[in-house]
Amino acid sequence: MDLSGLGLSGAKLPSAPPAARVAVRSGQLVPACRLARDQGAHLVALWASDERDRGAGFAVRVVLGDATGFTVLETAVPDLEEARYGDVSAVFPAASRMQRAAFDLVGVASESDDQRPWAWMASWPIDRYPLRRDFEASPKWEPGQEEYEFVRVEGDGVHEIPVGPVHAGTIEPGHFRFQVVGEKVLRLEERFGYAHKGIEKRFESMRAADAFRLAGRVSGDSTVAYAWAYALALEAIAGAAVPPRALWLRALALERERIANHLGDLGALGNDGGFAFGLAQFSRLREEFVRASHAAFGHRFMMDYVTPGGVAQDVEHGRLAAMAAEAKRLAREVATLRGIYDEHDGLQDRFRTCGRVTPELAAQLGLTGLAGRASGQARDLRADFPAAPYDALAVRKCVADGGDVAARVAVRFDELAESLRLVHAIVEGMPGGDVRTALPEAVPDRLGVGQVEGWRGPVLVALDIGAGGAIRRCHPHDPSWANWPVVEHAVIGNIVPDFPLINKSFNLSYSGQDL
Amino acid sequence: MLRMLRQIARVGVRTEPPPAPADELAKSERLQAEVLATLGRALAIRQVDAGSCNGCELEIHALGNPCYNIEGLGIRFVASPRHADMLLVTGPVSKHMAIALKRTYDATPEPKLVVAVGDCGCHGGIFGESYASLGAVSKVIPVDVEVPGCPPTPTALLQGILTAIRARE
Repeated sequence: MDLSGLGLSGAKLPSAPPAARVAVRSGQLVPACRLARDQGAHLVALWASDERDRGAGFAVRVVLGDATGFTVLETAVPDLEEARYGDVSAVFPAASRMQRAAFDLVGVASESDDQRPWAWMASWPIDRYPLRRDFEASPKWEPGQEEYEFVRVEGDGVHEIPVGPVHAGTIEPGHFRFQVVGEKVLRLEERFGYAHKGIEKRFESMRAADAFRLAGRVSGDSTVAYAWAYALALEAIAGAAVPPRALWLRALALERERIANHLGDLGALGNDGGFAFGLAQFSRLREEFVRASHAAFGHRFMMDYVTPGGVAQDVEHGRLAAMAAEAKRLAREVATLRGIYDEHDGLQDRFRTCGRVTPELAAQLGLTGLAGRASGQARDLRADFPAAPYDALAVRKCVADGGDVAARVAVRFDELAESLRLVHAIVEGMPGGDVRTALPEAVPDRLGVGQVEGWRGPVLVALDIGAGGAIRRCHPHDPSWANWPVVEHAVIGNIVPDFPLINKSFNLSYSGQDL
Repeated sequence: MLRMLRQIARVGVRTEPPPAPADELAKSERLQAEVLATLGRALAIRQVDAGSCNGCELEIHALGNPCYNIEGLGIRFVASPRHADMLLVTGPVSKHMAIALKRTYDATPEPKLVVAVGDCGCHGGIFGESYASLGAVSKVIPVDVEVPGCPPTPTALLQGILTAIRARE
């Protein structure tokens, strides 16, 4: 994106895909965001860091992306009680929760009207900020309970349904507050943070070379994507060249992660639509598939497989060939099941027009990843900024514009077929050679950024290494930050019993955004 | 409809035999005694995610697939702790979930079993204890069986659950 209209220019940042780093004065932050948005940019992430020991107050970083690449806007906020930075949510609505979390964790406030807590839930004093470098936790702090101000709908016959944090099914903790008339949802408000377990602070107690394991547990269903994004950030800082075979094996693992999750979701979506046959069939396919992952990679979800500098172990030729054959077989099985789903009137009746997010609304709110592609937002890092091995694989972007549950199901089916094709192509094209390289000592005091298109959407890891290879700051950013607020819109006007189906069709991470 | 029936016939029954219970997972003495005499043939489980990364939840979901077929063993997941005989809890217990977990435990009728799931549920795992995390499930509610693993496999989970109820056999 071109910000020269504001007199701004960037320097190259250690990152993959490439990104520029642009320092902006506090007053320029919002105008820069607006200028970028007018050129078609979307918000990727926003977070804050304590830079007082570097004599730079607090830093607020905003990552924007467009068709030409990525820009990290960086603004310094002085260490003064009354200091504020511009309200990015005025341009990109999804920034609101990120700004609120940045205040709870770092104590740097935006000019936004919404100053309600997001990450804070009364379990530590409200005037202590965990991600400040001088923060010290006290064992005396007991779990507390906050009085959160939900927005309420007034009027005749309106009532409120609180749901969570403990849910009726096996899902992550979060609170949903519905305002309804009869069965119809007038408004949904989410309150998350229940799974906040201090991941970002935990990173700061780890050595950079080891913390890929923690990155791989930010959101367990995306462990390969996170570990790879973390490795990219660290390798960019260290200037490491990863052997080609390792990159191809990483892509194999990433596509297998996508396939496993799509198989699971397609079964669960059938089940939530009242079609238990779908769950039985897809969950069997998923089980067989993750067993094959275990045989080849040593772990059913391939946790800790991607490591900085390469991958944990090579995969022998016989296993690779078996995976290619498995992909062909699975593609046929899935095609059969897709036919059955498509022909099932009852199921299609539940899927179609349910939880609709139009492409216009999706663009306005910044819907991203899989759900974004089902609402016409044609972005996929593997196709838009292909790095090895994707530059040799010509990934087909799977896009639909229906924006309803049916579209999110269709995109999953399309991506499943594409990823199965990719598995086959990756096995065919797999180069020989080493699968690891020793990582050079990371240059301290450099910010590195890695992004990977996980199954849910783009996963970002921003890493700042201090002296001796210790992590100063690490911010893992899940696409769920962008998409959760859109679920609130998707539900409006639908009936309460359709919420589980709509929610599942997005299948967003709680842990990934609660951190 | 015909395609569906053909698919069901073609796939057949894929259910595998369940694992044997494992004594080393048991953390409390009361398993064989009062609790199990009271429970009927069917076990009702309420799962609580007290702050996990969602990896354990994926494997708990897998228990329902045709290979493990947990419902075929008379075990089912229920929507309310008031209907439950057992809490299956993943961790680490975040401070933000501690009160909800305690209340869920209090809402479960006696006798009740608690199975802590995963390295995080057993001892805090990679997240440990911090300003935001209390770590092990046993820091908040009494635990009968612990199933380690990151995440534990469905077989290990099933083994942990069966260890808690084996006296019934």
